[in-house]
Amino acid sequence: MSDSPRTAVSNPPTQPMVSNLGPADLIRRSATEDLPPPQRQLTPVAKLIDVSKCIGCKACQSACVEWNDTTPAVGENVGVYTNPHDLTENMFTLMRFTEWVNPSTDNLEWLIRKDGCMHCADPGCLKACPAPGAIVQYTNGIVDFIHENCIGCGYCVKGCPFNIPRISKADHRAYKCTLCSDRVAVGQGPACAKACPTQAIVFGTKEDMTRHAEGRIADLKSRGYANAGLYDPPGVGGTHVMYVLHHNDKPHIYADLPDNPRISPVVQTWKGLTKYVGLAAMGFMAAGSLIHGVFARPNRVSKEDEESAEKLVETTIGQPVPEASSSNGERG
Amino acid sequence: MVERIQPGDAIHPGKPVTVDRYGVAARVNHWITAASLILLALSGLALFDPSLFFLTALFGGGQNTRAFHPWIGVVLFVSFFVFFFQLWRANLPASVDWVWLTRLKDVVTGHEENLPEFGKYNAGQKVIFWSMAFLILVLIATGLMIWEQYFAPYTSIPTRRIAVLAHAISAVLIICVFILHVYAAIWTRGTLRAMTRGSVTGGWAWRHHRKWLRELVGQRKIGPAE
Repeated sequence: MSDSPRTAVSNPPTQPMVSNLGPADLIRRSATEDLPPPQRQLTPVAKLIDVSKCIGCKACQSACVEWNDTTPAVGENVGVYTNPHDLTENMFTLMRFTEWVNPSTDNLEWLIRKDGCMHCADPGCLKACPAPGAIVQYTNGIVDFIHENCIGCGYCVKGCPFNIPRISKADHRAYKCTLCSDRVAVGQGPACAKACPTQAIVFGTKEDMTRHAEGRIADLKSRGYANAGLYDPPGVGGTHVMYVLHHNDKPHIYADLPDNPRISPVVQTWKGLTKYVGLAAMGFMAAGSLIHGVFARPNRVSKEDEESAEKLVETTIGQPVPEASSSNGERG
Repeated sequence: MVERIQPGDAIHPGKPVTVDRYGVAARVNHWITAASLILLALSGLALFDPSLFFLTALFGGGQNTRAFHPWIGVVLFVSFFVFFFQLWRANLPASVDWVWLTRLKDVVTGHEENLPEFGKYNAGQKVIFWSMAFLILVLIATGLMIWEQYFAPYTSIPTRRIAVLAHAISAVLIICVFILHVYAAIWTRGTLRAMTRGSVTGGWAWRHHRKWLRELVGQRKIGPAE
């Protein structure tokens, strides 16, 4: 068996297999500074979603629910195809439907984008996560949530440039697409790609998927989509879920897909400068107090101070009470 | 401007003179605030940097730390602001506060003979009081925004990013203010008893808050003999 599966279409072997993704394959681990280097480099994988081939059947959603054994609540129809209305802790992928009028042709275009975790090479969720080992990244590019380490703080929600993680109200842990890491670990492609009837979702090595996308883009360009292109945003170091978009010059028309996603500078400041300057400031205050405490004489009340106070009290008590303040401020 | 004497402040003549500074309720409340702040600092620091994540063990793990922290914050907010409304008048700035701030050298070296007489609070105590009040307001406001369990849907993610940054910065600052507050109370000997027994000696009042002592004496705030 090769180190990473090359396709999602093959059927699983009948004999049991050991998992090919383990702790030794981690390249990043949240809130862990001394992670040992991975023992091998797996071939990077990618899921390629060709929005121009998608028919909006939601087989991918069903396959996702089926494989991950989640049970999304029965929804409510509010007159749009997007169902459920948003990603949830039980719905890791979602077809987002957009009706867009192309200003240059005046044609109505029905844009359908399968939303879900993009598996960023530079994952904002992992960077923001405070819990050691709650978010990991494998050398094949998969970013995965390890639920038993998750504390439910929601920092990953703030770190993510794509608004993907959802926190369960039931167990207070974060959930998102795993890129079917448990299937990939045994040589299978993701469930959504396996289920897709038009092969709008394909899976394989990132190299193969990029090459496959080139063919699709050339085809789209020959059909008049001059701006067709591959969405593999460099702002997050590239992603292991990529889109072929017929309007790659304006990704935002696809249900607010970010044009130039990157980890928010606010998050970078929070997780970078604030942490180092903050720890230094608190350490400096503590050390400063300690040094002052050791080297400066304590500020003691002297005998003379006590005598002065006694004298003040004794000499004034004999005199009459000043009228203005006699009724003011009784003990309360 | 004559400072309003705080209700409860009173002199007990004797050798030494003692001066009531905080009543029982204020002291109990102070220690609730103090305990909350310490617990908040420990649980907050645990999530601030991975090297401090081990502190979550004090609260029974990461999930519990995440769950308890905001509730302790609510306790701190309430207890501090009960305190705030008792003390804010006495912490209004006075012209003499500028002198204190410009002669910090005399303050940290303990040369109080070079300083003018102060009321119940000096400028340093007032700075701590108002910093605490301001930072706690920022912390509770931003803390509610990032309270994932109950309040996450009410603000946008970009707003919550700013909230979490502001929360972290304010937390660092309030921990610094807290260290200053605790250290000043220890270094200035005879201060801690104000928050344990509720009273200070006349000499302490004479040395550090002579104007306050003079006002109490002048207005005959004499408590029952001990």
